Amino acid sequence: MDREQSHGVFTGLLRRDLKLAVRAPSQWLNPLLFFVIAVSLFPLGIGPEPNTLREIAPGVIWVAALLAAMLAQDSLFRADFEDGSLEQILTSPHPMSMIVAAKVLAHWFITGLPVIILSPVLAVLMSLSFEGWWALLLTLLLGTPILSLLGAVGAALVVSVKRGGVLLSLLVLPLCIPVLIFATAAVKTATVGLSIEGQLSLLAALLAFTVTLSPIAISGALRATGGGG
Amino acid sequence: MWDWFHRLGSPKYFYGFAGALVPWLAGLCVILFAVGLYLGLVIAPSDYQQGDSYRIIFVHVPSAWMSMFVYVLMAIFAAIGLIWRVKLTAILATASAPIGASFTFLALATGSIWGKPMWGTWWVWDARLTSELILFFLYLGFIALQTAIPDRQTAWRAASILLLVGVVNIPIIHYSVDWWYTLHQPATITKFDTPSIHLSMLIPLLIMAVAFKVFYITVLLSRARAEILDRERKTHWVQDLVRSEQI
Repeated sequence: MDREQSHGVFTGLLRRDLKLAVRAPSQWLNPLLFFVIAVSLFPLGIGPEPNTLREIAPGVIWVAALLAAMLAQDSLFRADFEDGSLEQILTSPHPMSMIVAAKVLAHWFITGLPVIILSPVLAVLMSLSFEGWWALLLTLLLGTPILSLLGAVGAALVVSVKRGGVLLSLLVLPLCIPVLIFATAAVKTATVGLSIEGQLSLLAALLAFTVTLSPIAISGALRATGGGG
Repeated sequence: MWDWFHRLGSPKYFYGFAGALVPWLAGLCVILFAVGLYLGLVIAPSDYQQGDSYRIIFVHVPSAWMSMFVYVLMAIFAAIGLIWRVKLTAILATASAPIGASFTFLALATGSIWGKPMWGTWWVWDARLTSELILFFLYLGFIALQTAIPDRQTAWRAASILLLVGVVNIPIIHYSVDWWYTLHQPATITKFDTPSIHLSMLIPLLIMAVAFKVFYITVLLSRARAEILDRERKTHWVQDLVRSEQI
């Protein structure tokens, strides 16, 4: 397998998945809507006091993003599994980790990126300061790919389970705790005007770690569960 | 030596081997528990700060140790199972999961009972408590995944990948929780310093730790035997065994 051909597979799969997503927008729009509604429920439940909102904003936005990511992850391999194309992909001679990396990247484009684009709106809703919003943006930029990659491990594990969505969250949410901790700490630190370089570096390290290792875990999981479909 | 080791990997041989071992281990376990509890609850002096309530340490600490030990052991089984396809690893890890989860629950429950007189509350978001809680979630996730997939072979391979991902993540989770705790540490809690433990308390603690380990092996072997019978129920040797027991 020469390099150029593998590269073609990567971009081809990326384009295919994005095209499918554009044609069926509900599968990625609904988790996004869930994210916005979940965040806007907190001011209604807790009260509109701006200082309180500012205090809880990083946690609320990040927890909502985490839950929305879990909701969206379930669809990552499911359609391909049900119509049999996953089995075809599994038999391909190209490196499996590259194939799953393309799928996860496509999935991040339609689930992670919109969350980042929406973040200014949410920052206004939760009366975050400009510094807080900027930190939120940076942590989402570094953190949502980690969520996508970890979620993809879970999605690959439960792909053969009917209604595996809840199970997926059960498996993956505990693993996402470090991201949540570092990201919210960064936003909180930024709102009091301190440097957030440390937290961002840790998040970036986590990202580098998951980018390199999780495609292996994802392809292993797909080989274990997806082939039998 | 290797020949014996290979034979041990076959469920049939392991069934007999474990069956012969369990009564001895159970006896040893009872003796160790009796000695450890007697030394810990009766002989060891009461703590000058905490009085007698510290004595829960003889259950709490060994179970916390075991909770981590069992998870790592399950991950090792998972790695062996994925690499060499040894049938027995699936059986041992599956049999370990509920025991490990119980140890974790015991550590959490005794920690909470200990926390009530010491910290004045059942639960604090202490770094170690939080890590233990997350470990508990990881155990439950493993069990949930394995029960959700009907095919045993697939279930075990999926669960072993989850175990390996989990064991890679445990140190990261642990340190991030530590870090989170130092940021958030509430002022009301005075973290009591643990002075270097006195020998009269250390010896029963270590005996209890060994007792817990022997208890784990005993229960693991018995559970693994039941698991083997269940998995191999269609084979001749199990059917012969059942027939000879009934007659």
